[in-house]
Amino acid sequence: MLFPSPWRVAQTLGSDFRDGSLVRATAISLRRVLLGYSISLLVGVPLGIVLARNKLVEDTLGALVSAFQSLPSICWLPLALLWFGLNDRAILFVIVAGSLVSIAIAVQDGVKNLPPSYVKAALTMGTPNWRIYTQVLLPASLPSVLTGAKLGWGYAWRALMSGELLFVSLGLGQMLMQGRELADMSQVIAVMAVIMALGLFTDRVIFGSLERHVRRRWGLAQT
Amino acid sequence: MTKLSIRGVEKNFLGQDQRVTALSSVSFDVESGEFLVLVGPSGCGKSTLLNIIAGLEKADAGEVLIDGVPVTKPGPDRALVFQDGALFPWLNVRKNVEFGLRQKGLSRRDASERALYVLDQVGLARVAESDLYTLSGGMRQRVAIARVLALEPEVLLMDEPFSALDAITREDLYVEVQHLWQGRGSTIVFVTHNVREAVTLGDRVLLMATDPGRIQIELPVNILRPRHIDDVDVARTAQQLSHAMRRGRETYSQENWSNEQFEESHLLRDLDRSLGDRRQ
Repeated sequence: MLFPSPWRVAQTLGSDFRDGSLVRATAISLRRVLLGYSISLLVGVPLGIVLARNKLVEDTLGALVSAFQSLPSICWLPLALLWFGLNDRAILFVIVAGSLVSIAIAVQDGVKNLPPSYVKAALTMGTPNWRIYTQVLLPASLPSVLTGAKLGWGYAWRALMSGELLFVSLGLGQMLMQGRELADMSQVIAVMAVIMALGLFTDRVIFGSLERHVRRRWGLAQT
Repeated sequence: MTKLSIRGVEKNFLGQDQRVTALSSVSFDVESGEFLVLVGPSGCGKSTLLNIIAGLEKADAGEVLIDGVPVTKPGPDRALVFQDGALFPWLNVRKNVEFGLRQKGLSRRDASERALYVLDQVGLARVAESDLYTLSGGMRQRVAIARVLALEPEVLLMDEPFSALDAITREDLYVEVQHLWQGRGSTIVFVTHNVREAVTLGDRVLLMATDPGRIQIELPVNILRPRHIDDVDVARTAQQLSHAMRRGRETYSQENWSNEQFEESHLLRDLDRSLGDRRQ
C-alpha cells in the first residue's frame, strides 16, 4: 500500500492521541526545540548586532559564522554524539548549531541596512556608546530580528527532526521512524501531519501576529 | 557674545585615486542668539561642516569651540535635526521626544512632562500618543524639531530639515521655525542648498563654494521678520545672492546692487530655452 486512506490516518491520529503517545512525543519534541531555540535567540541576536557594528569581530568571527551557515545542522550530529553521548544534550547541541548562525546572519544584515542617521541622532542626543546597542540598534532592527527568528525556528525544527530520526530518543521523529519499522504507513502520515500542523501554527499564529504588529508600527502594513 | 567658533577647519576625503578637499580652512563665528545659514551647491562640504560641529566627524585640522571649549564628541548641547528626521519608528511621538531627555538622566515623569510641553509648543500635543506612521511628513519634521528643542541645546543644528517636504508645508515651517527661534533666543546653524530658504531664515548667510569647499560670500540679511519666502525683499536678496554665486565674486555688498541691475538681470534672461527642437 503506497498511501493509506485519509480515514485510516484520522483513525491512527485518534488512537495515538487517546493512548497519549502522540501527546507525549509532541511534548518531548517541543520541549527540546524550545530550549535549543531560546539559546540560539539569546546568543544569536546579540552576536548578529555585534557582527554588524564591530569591524574586529566581523573580521575574526565573520568568516567562521558564514562557514557554519553552509554546514547542514545534521553534520554536527556525529560530533555531538562523541561529545555528549546518546542523550538530549546531543540533540540540543545540534539544534543550537543549526539555528544560531542563521539568526545571527539575518540580524547582522538587518543592522547593516539601518539608516545611519538613527545612530547619529542617538549620539547627538547624548546616548553613550554601549547604550546605542540596547536602545537603538536592537529595537531598530526588530523587523530583521523577526526574520531571523522565523528562519532560525525553521532550522531548529529541521535539526530536531533529523536528530530524532537518527537515533532512539523518543519524540515525534522517533514515532515517525517507528511507523517505518512497523510498516505502518498511516502512522507515518499521521506524524507528518502533526509536524506540518505545528509548523503552520507557529508560522501563522505566533510569527504572523508578531510580524503584523511590527509592520504596523513601522508603517509598512498594507492597507 | 560669541557662542560658536569655527577656526581653520580642514577636511579631506580619499576619493577613487585622489584626495578631495571637502573643506579648506573654514573659519567663522556665530553670535549667541544668531540664526546663521550655510548655503551652497551640493558637494561644497556644508553638511560635512555641520557634522564636524556636531562632533560626528573629525576635522583634519582646526577646531570647533562652544563658549571657548573645544568640541571633541557629539553631545546634546549641539543637537541636530536631520534631513530625514531620523525619528525612531519603534517609539511613539511622545517617547521619541523623551528619548534624549531620558539620556540626560531625567526621570520618566519629568521627561514625559517636558516632552508634552515642547510638543504643545510645536502644535502637536494632540498626537503625542500616536505612532509615527500616522503622521504626515511635515508633522514628523515638527516632531524632529521638538525632540531637539526639548534638550535646550547651546547651538541647534539643522541639516536641510525641510528639503524632503512639499512647498506648502515648508512655508508653514519657515514661519514656525522663526517663531520658535524668536521666542527662545536660541542659536541656530542651518544648512540648505536653497538660496531663497537661506534668505528667508537667516540673520546672516554664508554662501559656500565647491572644490575646495570654502566660504565664498558672507551676507547679513536685514529684512524685517517674520519673513515669508515670497516677500519681495527676500526674493531680491536671494536673486542677488545666487547671481553672485554664479559669478563666483569674492567680494560682495548688498548696497552696491541697484534697482536697475536687478531689473536688468531679469530682462536679460533668455526666454528661448529651445534645445534645437524648434524650427526657426
